[in-house]
Amino acid sequence: MSAQDASRVPMVQLLSPEGQYSVPAEYAEYGKYIDQLGEADFLKFYRDMARIRRFDNEATALQRQGQLGLWIPAIGQEAAQIGSGHGVGHNDHIFPSYREHGVALTHGIDLMSILKMLRGVNHGGWNPDETRFHLYGIVLGTQVLHATGYAMGVKFDGKVGSGNHDEDLAVISYFGDGATAEGDISESFLFAATTQAPIVFFCQNNQWAISSPVNSQTTVPLYQRGSGFGVPGIRIDGNDILASYAVTKKHMDDARNGAGPYMIEALTYRIGAHTSSDDPSKYRDQAEVDYWAARDPLIRFEKFLRRQGIGDDFFAECEAAGEALSAEIREKTFALGEPPIENMFKHVYSETHPLIEEQLAWLEAYEASFGEGGAH
Amino acid sequence: MANVVEMSIAKAINAGIRKAMADNPKVLVFGEDVAQLGGVFRVTEGILDEFGPNRIFNSPIAESGIIGTAIGLAMRGYSPVAEIQFDGFIFPAFNQITSQLAKMQNRSEGYTTMPVVIRVPFGGGIGAVEHHSESPEAYFAHTPGLRVISPSNPNDAYWMIQQAIKSSDPVLFFEPKRRYWQKGPVNLDEAPDGMHTAHVLRQGSQVTIAAYGPMVSVALQAAEIAASEGTSLEVIDIRSMSPIDFATILESVKKTGRLVVAHEASTFVSISSEIAARVAELAFYHLEAPVIRVGGFDVPYPPAKLEEKFLPDADRILEAVDRVLAY
Repeated sequence: MSAQDASRVPMVQLLSPEGQYSVPAEYAEYGKYIDQLGEADFLKFYRDMARIRRFDNEATALQRQGQLGLWIPAIGQEAAQIGSGHGVGHNDHIFPSYREHGVALTHGIDLMSILKMLRGVNHGGWNPDETRFHLYGIVLGTQVLHATGYAMGVKFDGKVGSGNHDEDLAVISYFGDGATAEGDISESFLFAATTQAPIVFFCQNNQWAISSPVNSQTTVPLYQRGSGFGVPGIRIDGNDILASYAVTKKHMDDARNGAGPYMIEALTYRIGAHTSSDDPSKYRDQAEVDYWAARDPLIRFEKFLRRQGIGDDFFAECEAAGEALSAEIREKTFALGEPPIENMFKHVYSETHPLIEEQLAWLEAYEASFGEGGAH
Repeated sequence: MANVVEMSIAKAINAGIRKAMADNPKVLVFGEDVAQLGGVFRVTEGILDEFGPNRIFNSPIAESGIIGTAIGLAMRGYSPVAEIQFDGFIFPAFNQITSQLAKMQNRSEGYTTMPVVIRVPFGGGIGAVEHHSESPEAYFAHTPGLRVISPSNPNDAYWMIQQAIKSSDPVLFFEPKRRYWQKGPVNLDEAPDGMHTAHVLRQGSQVTIAAYGPMVSVALQAAEIAASEGTSLEVIDIRSMSPIDFATILESVKKTGRLVVAHEASTFVSISSEIAARVAELAFYHLEAPVIRVGGFDVPYPPAKLEEKFLPDADRILEAVDRVLAY
């Protein structure tokens, strides 16, 4: 553990690792958001975390079996993602990085869209306007500038702090500790601060950027990264779903009401590999992984729910739902076909372009020259 | 009577932007120093007074941020017109342009359009310090998903900027900065054909000279000199470097049998390389000579005292004409 992760760095935690809920006096403003939740909300939170964990494990298996080209596990980050995802309002827009499967789940993205992308069928394919969940950004930090520009547009539209609950909106952008080293993140802070755009920067500090530990990306706690630009921030326990939900909800509400940009650093841990191509045993100790595995966000929330009187039946139901999900996505993955060759040429431009038309025509004629079945 | 007025290229771009802003309230202009100052070349002068700070504003000095936020604004339904202050300052934005802006429509399978215009004063000949005289257009023409154009005269400047802003695809709009104050007639009523057609500016019979941007007037000057010496040159303004209107070039080459392509950019892997390859492929039997490229040398743009030797002039074009006529 690096010095910056020592307990002296203030951090919002509402749920102890033993599942004990308590609101420190200095975080009372966040506790109010939890007061408004009922049992159904808590059960939904757990169901979503269990569902995305199951999805993650199944996707790993599919990759190992050659059904996916790559898998990007998010195991260990479920509380950060499901909690914050549920804290995003009904008009708000989300700009994810490439590991936000849990956030996608909370915004109705068909999980098969994610598998389709990682199988190599397309680059995403969901409608970013309709879902308000934009496409995955793979080049680190790029999507955060898009989010900032979007938020600037929202402000130009007068949809910030107008008091019209049906129309006002804010933007949230996800990125990791590694991405904070990119200049695009710093430029995002600056553009957002100078325009007072309605955006929350949500950094999941999972402590590893492939093989580089977070202390190679920063020498100060990341939640302070925006302060020099005029973007205040706070650190939360990213494995505490209630802190993740409440802090995100409050600062999205504030941004929507005209408070300007804000940064949340969710301290969590990447239990799995960076991707299925990575081998973390080459660069980190198992003892560290074990330490964080013991702080698993699902185990913590299960302890909380059991303290609330939720019994075995509920957890058995989640397990059964997971079995069904696994079977469903396996079947659907096997059924994913090959994309037609014209997809490569579609939408490169939205207006006609002679080179594209010429090359598509050539390729179709070339393919046809092999006769039925296109034998090569 | 058509409404024809005389104006400079800079003023024509300004007038074209104002027309686009008046026609479409979603058009936003931003970049470094574009608002009160009107840009370092004053191309956006007076727009702030006419349209106010919600339509034109200064950005922080961060080119990646300018293009990255332009992408976000386009996602929100705006039509951003972003200025990159000088050609040599576009590279901090290269990633956002080539890996994001160019690919966003394809990535989203058409759900998202990218009606973004990037205005770039480009080229040399103004006695500037390093990074203020470059011709980076080939990098962008090489990138699928972008459109790349350059006007050479005030009428094209007025209309092509409007056509670029109306396009739902991203457009790199290269402005020939050493010609900003060149004046000419602008027909305010009648648009020329689209922004991607090449125009034959001077009919000729012996050699075709194809050029774009600041080199067009050099090519016309060369044709004038050649005519006085009894050689007939046809001059084509390419206007669009992606896509390239090969039909117009090929038609001319089939007539003259000889082609010289001229630009300020270094010739290695350049717009002229692509034209030479295409013409060789599609008009092989019509060629009387190899295609000759006339451009900058393959060296970094030199200090101002040497730029006269770097930039092609009419004599360098005529030297190439002599070479193709020698076959």
